[in-house]
Amino acid sequence: MTHAKALRCRECGREYPLDSINVCEFCFGPLEVTYDYDAIAKVISREAIANGPPTLWRYHYLLPCDREMAVDIAAGFTPLIRAQNLGEALGLRYLYIKNDCVNPTWSFKDRVVAVASTKAREFGFDTLACASTGNLANSVAAHAAKASMRAFVFIPADLEQGKVLGSAIYNPTVVAINGNYDDVNRVCSELSDKYPWAFVNINVRPYYAEGSKTLGYEVAEQLGWQAPDHCVVPMASGSLFTKIWKGLSELSQLGMISSVHTKMSGTQALGCSPIVAAWEGGTLNVQPVRPNTIAKSLAIGNPADGYYALRTMADSGGYAASSTDEEIVEGISLLAKSEGIFAETAGGVVIAGLKKLVDQGRIDPDEVVVAFITGGGLKTQEAVAEHVKPPLQIEPSVNAFEEALASRSS
Amino acid sequence: MAKQRVKFTFVQDLIRQPVIWELGKEFELVTNIRRADVTEDRGWVVLELEGESTEIERGLQWVAEQGVRVDPVPGDIVEG
Repeated sequence: MTHAKALRCRECGREYPLDSINVCEFCFGPLEVTYDYDAIAKVISREAIANGPPTLWRYHYLLPCDREMAVDIAAGFTPLIRAQNLGEALGLRYLYIKNDCVNPTWSFKDRVVAVASTKAREFGFDTLACASTGNLANSVAAHAAKASMRAFVFIPADLEQGKVLGSAIYNPTVVAINGNYDDVNRVCSELSDKYPWAFVNINVRPYYAEGSKTLGYEVAEQLGWQAPDHCVVPMASGSLFTKIWKGLSELSQLGMISSVHTKMSGTQALGCSPIVAAWEGGTLNVQPVRPNTIAKSLAIGNPADGYYALRTMADSGGYAASSTDEEIVEGISLLAKSEGIFAETAGGVVIAGLKKLVDQGRIDPDEVVVAFITGGGLKTQEAVAEHVKPPLQIEPSVNAFEEALASRSS
Repeated sequence: MAKQRVKFTFVQDLIRQPVIWELGKEFELVTNIRRADVTEDRGWVVLELEGESTEIERGLQWVAEQGVRVDPVPGDIVEG
């Protein structure tokens, strides 16, 4: 069973039954899941959670779907790592990395798709669908395989072969659309109106988005049931950013942690930074942009939750930072060299943004800081391929090795 | 008859142009505004268009040609 109560419009407050809809019929505002927190308070406890599985389903009390129906590929409950080396390099004493690279399809999208696919199955859909250039497609295809559902994955026709493979292996129908990013957007919007499928980030988006809350729950639990002082989060649509905050706030409301004082800071690539630009301009009005960055997993020019991300930033006293492609590559490299974690470009955006916020004095050296690394680096190898040292190529002798080593050292 | 929900984003130069009025006048479309935020230097409008689907397509193409950005209401659908 679930303690989800209704869908509520985030703009006008109208409520709807829990159905496969994502916008308010009156004002077309986005819908969000509401819960019966009194009922949740009676059954949830730190012990009950600790006795749950080592996956995001340990927090099923706060998710909008029936755990018995869960499409479970063991997403979530990823490591929270004390990053002493990186902390020293940046001047932070209590830096942690939330490593979501180690999810089943190597990105945090497994959290949202786990919830979306479960809800889709509850609603009786037999088909999952999405439009994606990478992580989301991988996760939808994998979850559909586990759930024995059909899957349609729509991609731009010019997507790199390596990225297509990461979805195709799970045997979905991959549809490559000739046209630019806007064309793919438009066609998928029309397809979602026409076909009775669960488009994970369209008609089941209110449930999908709730999966991201589990990042907030996990961090609090892994810190010994307390909220961090500062979260540094990558922003694409802005949904992840708002849901981490919602997750922490819910735990506080339920008395699982004390009051939340966490500053929520968001990071974007300079080549696609509509939310950061609005924050810098002191407005809640996000102006859409045309993305141009190597951080393709964050390249959302018209972010659905940009306004709400800005509100969260303001409410929590957080900041925003954007980074150039060069800084993003440096960020990936710094994280790998200092902590042994190979992140995709979104992780580079976070580390570069974190560095910037520290340099600007926005983060105190004694704050407990969590940087969210949302996807693994093997997915975006092209971004760093030219920035790693080539191997020392030698003849098969010890002498050759020592000469080559001396030559590189000099 | 078809219906389509869209978001128009206007830059400063277009704020004074009655684009939505012209859209309803030049094309066989009913325009139904649901939410908007317009100031002197920028603005967006969320609305529903009703008409034949080919007419909606023609109308939206004309709007885009005026320099107005046209997006699906839920924001970008393609994700990383």
